[in-house]
Amino acid sequence: MALPFPEPRTAEAKHFFAAAAENRLELQRCAACGRVWFFPRPACVACGSQDYAWLRASGRGGVHSFSIVRRAPSPEFRDRVPYVVALIDLAEGPRMMANVVGEGALEVSIGDALELTFEDRGEGRKLPQFRRIAR
Amino acid sequence: MLRNRAIVAGVGESRIGKVPGMSALELCAEAARHALADAGLGIRDIDGLLTAYTMTEPYPVFYGALAEFMGLELRYGAEVTAGGGSSGVMIRDAALAVVSGRAEAVLVVSGDNRATGMERDSAVAALAAWGHPYYEYPYGGFIPAYYALIARRYMHETGATSEDLARVAVTQRASACRHPNAHMKTPITLEDVLASKPIAEPLRLFDCCLISDAAGAVVVMRAERAAELPQKAVYLLGAGEAFSHEHILAAPSLIDSGARRSADAAYAMAGIGPREIDLALLYDCFTITPMLLAEDCGFAARGAAADLWKDGRATIEGRFPINTHGGMLSHAHAGATGGLFESVEAVRQLRGGEGKRQVARHEVALVHVEGGIMSNHATLIYGAQPV
Repeated sequence: MALPFPEPRTAEAKHFFAAAAENRLELQRCAACGRVWFFPRPACVACGSQDYAWLRASGRGGVHSFSIVRRAPSPEFRDRVPYVVALIDLAEGPRMMANVVGEGALEVSIGDALELTFEDRGEGRKLPQFRRIAR
Repeated sequence: MLRNRAIVAGVGESRIGKVPGMSALELCAEAARHALADAGLGIRDIDGLLTAYTMTEPYPVFYGALAEFMGLELRYGAEVTAGGGSSGVMIRDAALAVVSGRAEAVLVVSGDNRATGMERDSAVAALAAWGHPYYEYPYGGFIPAYYALIARRYMHETGATSEDLARVAVTQRASACRHPNAHMKTPITLEDVLASKPIAEPLRLFDCCLISDAAGAVVVMRAERAAELPQKAVYLLGAGEAFSHEHILAAPSLIDSGARRSADAAYAMAGIGPREIDLALLYDCFTITPMLLAEDCGFAARGAAADLWKDGRATIEGRFPINTHGGMLSHAHAGATGGLFESVEAVRQLRGGEGKRQVARHEVALVHVEGGIMSNHATLIYGAQPV
């Protein structure tokens, strides 16, 4: 069964996933107060300004917390378990959720350094993911 | 100011567990009838109704469907959707409604038949929809994983262990074994919890709440009417609420949620502090939840909640009983209903007379409920007497 992929309906989400399809993780930075936020929304979550610019994230981050999922939440994920769901603190400030994928993913710890990668979910659609940086 | 001005006049529970052949509507009506009988009231005495939501019978307006089903004539009604925190919002709204003259007696009801009214997989899949559809769900997130993220971070910061979490489940099961209507009444050991199958590490099956058929109800009236009741009224002393995020990826902190703000507001209204609380009913969708909430509500320093269960304080005989009915881990859980049972149990304990489940000191009880992933919070403080 195919893994799910979002069908974004908001303008900002469409921009985000269009960038992801080209291997870029993009975040919004407020032109008024400088706040960088995730997830994509039409106005700054710190000051409410709608004046923002997209910035390309470095792709560096660290594990804030994680869980190894053993019981699939829905049939789509049955072939995927066990997998790591993590909250990742990006170098630019915001926190996002992703899977930790690749070699040694199940040995992940809080504080591990991560780098961005992209998972192809078919039909040109890509999901930002992270893998551990070898020490 | 709401302090001392509203009372809980009656409480009720439907049959609980696997109750085949009962719809959500029927469970709710059954709980409501028990609450009315408990308050010595009939359906003509009720002019307000607040309900939470159901997943198995998604009526466009559930309170309307229930009012019609029971034959209620209302001046005031609404369906309240604040996830697991709904009961806290509803009871406070009911209190405000009776105090302001909007209604004379308000029924607060929540129930669902999630054990037999939904396939297990569809219940789990429906709960997966609590994740953000773009930024969480595609990663295979679901509610146990989101609470697991909180648990893992808490364990990392405080040194708490899987044994500490397991002790919450064991203690609450022991309490449920003394409850005549609890879903789970077989004692469990620490070893049972630690050997139960991993769901989303570090959370195992017995760290997770039940999926039950269950409904609960309470009747809220003005304090002036306490003398008319067939039994002791329980007073609402304080109430607080807080919201900080919807999705866990957007939570300002995995540890410091809005719970402390909510509890502080309730204490401020009641004019008392944590030291005046005799027992606590703390939301327990997972074993990590009441540990965090015990700290947020001021019953333990941050990182020290495990001791409440470790040294036996949280047991029914302990110096500070917590979740004496067994909670959502062992008594019942069905959507917003698990949280409502905290208020049902608080009222019963404050009246006294719960037999082998009765706690020794029962003047003031604190109830804390939360919805989503520690997203919205509500705290209620009840007293056997006004303060």
